[in-house]
Amino acid sequence: MSEKEIKNLEELFDQRIARDEKIEPKDWMPEKYRKTHIRQISQHAHSEIVGMLPEGNWISRAPSMRRKVALLAKVQDEAGHGLYLYSACETLGISREELYEQLHTGKAKYSSIFNYPTLTWADIGAIGWLVDGAAIINQVPLCSTSYGPYARAMIRVCKEESFHQRQGYEIMMTLANGTPEQKELAQDALNRWWWPSLMMLGPTDAESVHTEQSMKWKLKRKTNDELRQQFIDQTVPQADLIGLTVPDSDLKWNEETKKYDFGEIDWDEFWQVVKGHGPCNKERLSARVNAWEEGEWVRDAAMAYAEKQQNNKIKKAI
Amino acid sequence: MKKENLIQYIYGIADNALILGQRLSELCGHGPNLETDIACTNMALDLLGQTRSYYQYVAQLSGEKVSEDDIAFLRTERQYKNVLLVEQPNNHFGYIITRQFFYDAFHLLLLQELQNSKDETLSAIAKKAIKEVSYHQRFSSDWIKRLGDGTEVSRQKVQEAVNDLWKFTDELFQLTEYDKNAVELGVGVDVSLLKEKYYQIVKETLEEATLIIPELKWFRKGGKEGVHSEHMGYLLSDLQYMQRTYPNMKW
Amino acid sequence: MRKIVGKGALIMKKNWPLWEVFVRSKNGLEHRHFGSLRAADEEMALENARDVYTRRSEGVSIWVVESKHITASNPENNGELFEPAQDKVYRHPTFYTLPDEVKHM
Repeated sequence: MSEKEIKNLEELFDQRIARDEKIEPKDWMPEKYRKTHIRQISQHAHSEIVGMLPEGNWISRAPSMRRKVALLAKVQDEAGHGLYLYSACETLGISREELYEQLHTGKAKYSSIFNYPTLTWADIGAIGWLVDGAAIINQVPLCSTSYGPYARAMIRVCKEESFHQRQGYEIMMTLANGTPEQKELAQDALNRWWWPSLMMLGPTDAESVHTEQSMKWKLKRKTNDELRQQFIDQTVPQADLIGLTVPDSDLKWNEETKKYDFGEIDWDEFWQVVKGHGPCNKERLSARVNAWEEGEWVRDAAMAYAEKQQNNKIKKAI
Repeated sequence: MKKENLIQYIYGIADNALILGQRLSELCGHGPNLETDIACTNMALDLLGQTRSYYQYVAQLSGEKVSEDDIAFLRTERQYKNVLLVEQPNNHFGYIITRQFFYDAFHLLLLQELQNSKDETLSAIAKKAIKEVSYHQRFSSDWIKRLGDGTEVSRQKVQEAVNDLWKFTDELFQLTEYDKNAVELGVGVDVSLLKEKYYQIVKETLEEATLIIPELKWFRKGGKEGVHSEHMGYLLSDLQYMQRTYPNMKW
Repeated sequence: MRKIVGKGALIMKKNWPLWEVFVRSKNGLEHRHFGSLRAADEEMALENARDVYTRRSEGVSIWVVESKHITASNPENNGELFEPAQDKVYRHPTFYTLPDEVKHM
């Protein structure tokens, strides 16, 4: 194809998206669109399955039977969401195994929040409330993103995720209304998870490299800073309601803007964690690699068995 | 039937579901594939759900002051009456599947009888659980075949698990004093009568999986009397951690 | 991915194939495409589909088909495939005028 022809196709393509038409797997798409989508969808899928680990820590130690089954179901949902997203990504011509390979070698990223440790039961509450809260803000607009398989996966994810944040907030509320010791657990968890949750919504707009293009392709509907503001504005009253204090001395309601003003985010910390120097980067990645490597003989066995069965069927037919 | 006897009889069934559910839930996030992970978690959720039904019934029998959580988390090791089989660790996927299959085959036979119990609650729990456990058995026996008749490596690994876990199967058919009382009153199941059928099912599946059936004279037992293996203490310290560290709180 | 096995025998490393999952959410409705998954064989594909896609009682019946068995039309041919139908307006009931007095037709 000549450059002019490609240019022409790209223009038509952009017009389709502007008209809110969906792009489906076999449609022509610019190479950059394909690559950007592989990157974002796989990053999202990786985040789901790495995200199972910090919470998975507490399944065996959950404090009540009710909490145990809820947490187990939640972490299982995350496996499901990872699976939906890997499947969506595979429609772009890359296999799940290749995507795992990228994760395991450190080539692909996942949400850096999961590199923080879960130290107490209250962290499970904080993750559900704050991390899932921030994730939902990010994800809801993706239900109408331009790439059909991604949008469909996100609709399923958002539908299932609605119980996750409630589960987390309910844990926090119970702790905040509990004994002084429990309240302390809750406050301590909020202190540790608040700032990483704000960072989770991505670097400031000035630093963000992908925003403009992503807006055009409807991979993004709002900028990182807008999303962050939305998250803060909705979360602060929820903390107030259960008597917990957001650990930001600069946090103040601004009558004029009708929004909260908030303090400086420590972006050095953010980049440190992204670059692999967070508290648990190594542990998370090696847990994933181990699961995959230790599972190899199992996957191979199933494949070998399936082939034998298939051959037997053919023999019988003859 | 004396209340305490009935409660002890229920522990003999319910604790198996709790401990096996706990073992399976340790795996969540570490399975050989996402799909397998999700499947094992589903079984864990079924088992923990059954546990809750039994414990809620026990709580109701014991009077107002006891909750399902007191029962699940605040007994001493000797008071848990699960069989040794279900507390065995997740050494590798071969162990997980073999443990599951050895228990599922028994569990289903047990529930099929328990649904005829004169105790209406137990009968209702059993009826619901039968559907779940039929699926578990299908899942675990399919996997036993895949691993047994898969590759040379997988056959060795699952054979290793079968050899190690076989010695725990006989305990499933042991009757405690509580069991005997419950049987006499038409509430409990005489598990000793299930033995023949059990070994028939298990042997057929293992043979189909090209696995060798171990020949053993000595079997391990003790769990049903509350005498467990060393693994149990560690399992309980995880399970009970929160309730022990922060007593008398709501979660 | 290639892997060397045994005495220099070279075999291709095979991953679990991809399957497409169709679920009937209740009797009376058609099976609808729900998504895909990996499984080594058809039994496993059905079981995985049950575990992955019907965790919240979304279905009463499942079909699975290995993705490679699906033949799809090519969007490049959309013009010749689908546009010719666009001007066949006489296939639609609104093409025909009826007096207002006629009901139920």
